[in-house]
Amino acid sequence: MSLSTNEVIQIAHLARLGIDPQDIDSYAKDLSGILDLMTQMSELKTSDVEPMAHPMDQVQRLRIDAVTESNNREKFMTIAPQVEDGLYLVPKVIE
Amino acid sequence: MHTKTLTQLAQGLQSGQFSSIELTKHFLDRIRKHSDLNAFITVTEELALQSALAADTRIANKQTQPLTGIPLAQKDIFCTLDVKTTCGSKMLDNFIAPYNATVVEKLNQAGAVMLGKLNMDEFAMGSSNETSYYGAVKNPWNTNTVPGGSSGGSGAAVAARLAPCATGTDTGGSIRQPAALCGITGLKPTYGRVSRYGMIAYASSLDQGGPMARSAEDAAILLQAMAGFDTKDSTSVDVPVPDYSAQLNNSLAGLKIGLPKEFFSEDLNSDMASTLQSAINEYRQLGAEIIEVSMPNLKLAIPSYYVIAPAECSANLSRFDGVRFGHRCESPVNLSDLYTRSRGEGFGKEVKRRILMGTYALSTGYYDAYYVKAQKIRRLISDDFKNALTQVDVIMGPVTPTTAFGIGEKIADPIEMYLSDIYTIAINLAGLPAISIPAGFINNLPVGLQIIGNYFTEEHLLNIAHQYQQVTDWHQQTPKGFE
Repeated sequence: MSLSTNEVIQIAHLARLGIDPQDIDSYAKDLSGILDLMTQMSELKTSDVEPMAHPMDQVQRLRIDAVTESNNREKFMTIAPQVEDGLYLVPKVIE
Repeated sequence: MHTKTLTQLAQGLQSGQFSSIELTKHFLDRIRKHSDLNAFITVTEELALQSALAADTRIANKQTQPLTGIPLAQKDIFCTLDVKTTCGSKMLDNFIAPYNATVVEKLNQAGAVMLGKLNMDEFAMGSSNETSYYGAVKNPWNTNTVPGGSSGGSGAAVAARLAPCATGTDTGGSIRQPAALCGITGLKPTYGRVSRYGMIAYASSLDQGGPMARSAEDAAILLQAMAGFDTKDSTSVDVPVPDYSAQLNNSLAGLKIGLPKEFFSEDLNSDMASTLQSAINEYRQLGAEIIEVSMPNLKLAIPSYYVIAPAECSANLSRFDGVRFGHRCESPVNLSDLYTRSRGEGFGKEVKRRILMGTYALSTGYYDAYYVKAQKIRRLISDDFKNALTQVDVIMGPVTPTTAFGIGEKIADPIEMYLSDIYTIAINLAGLPAISIPAGFINNLPVGLQIIGNYFTEEHLLNIAHQYQQVTDWHQQTPKGFE
């Protein structure tokens, strides 16, 4: 199984992940190698096996619908890259 | 003072032999003196001295707990209120955590004194500490070699006696592998035993925090303070926390130890095999019975793990988008550019590789072939352990295929690096607890023995490790220059 450089570019786009153009070939090579490792899995028949998502097979715990956290809005805003009037700023989305 | 056990330190503090301030200054001096190891990302000297002063007051008022006044260091994956928390990444180089992780909160409440934040592989992705944005950590046993990873700073700091003990986290071996390569004791608890709240997530169904210390006795004390149910972690398990120190001295007569033949195949190098056999013989002397077991699906642990962990990583790390915290690129032209460039600049190569791998494994058309398949194999591996643990009390094996490898030796080949996790990752897939203890040396580099137990039997693992440490002194060896 091997990945082309175009596929790497497409995956990086899906992940919104900037990658250096000069690194694309090495990512294609590394990921292809990792995928080769993965093909070992297909040697094993697993049609009757239930997938295991979590080691404890837990159900999601519920809690009482009550406020437990204090409002830390200002504290959280102090570590943001760009804020104004209590809002996070990003480049304009709608022209 | 740096040669004492946690119990001896607590006695020294309570009897007035030394104060927490003196003890803290002693370790801060050692951290400064050995800064070339690069074990710390941030040293919190001022905060440490404040905590030490408060601890001395508590000690004077006789309001002590076992860790009161004792310095320790936190892996930089745990959020620490008002202290830089980087997770080893440029992405979080400017991140001052707005809250404490539960583990940090619990250790603070116990009166422990935080010396600083320890170096680690970026976002805990690595087996050598070389993926850290803050540079590689050196192994105190041989500074040309790696300390292991991802908790490499924790391993190096405890081995070099820069801190009496440290926290670590383990997603695929990140506590046990550095513990083995640095000659210390490291315990990965059962999944859900230690709260993950405020522990920056890598692969949420595998991540687990735990203690790294110089002996099982010390690890028991640290785990006692870290463990417990936490409503803030939805996967925390509500099981009572036993007294981890109470059973350390139980006899091992009649203990059934399973040796998976897959762990001791001809793939294991002969020096490693003979060192581990000596350790297992020691257990025979202690009254244990050795039984061969088989876990046929273990060989598929690496492919299964390297689908599941990157898949969870790609989802978890999508929160780093340059909007609310962390690195943001200069002058983004639009929102997509903001995301793409901030993430591209903030993450290092190994993190990107895993995000790409995970994104691919979860994408339309590949989800069943990779992700669901890997989860099915996870079930088979977990069942292998369950079956084996009906025949025996614990399973023993290697922690690593080799002793510490050279800095730069494997970093260029990701698959080679992934294969160094071969003996540890299956345990995370199953969610079981496992401990790594020093079991000898090959060419002056430490070797670890891994002991794997059933769910929520940490006290038993600590007992088994402690009994070995009563009849051997591997864990008391100190690297040259750090005595």
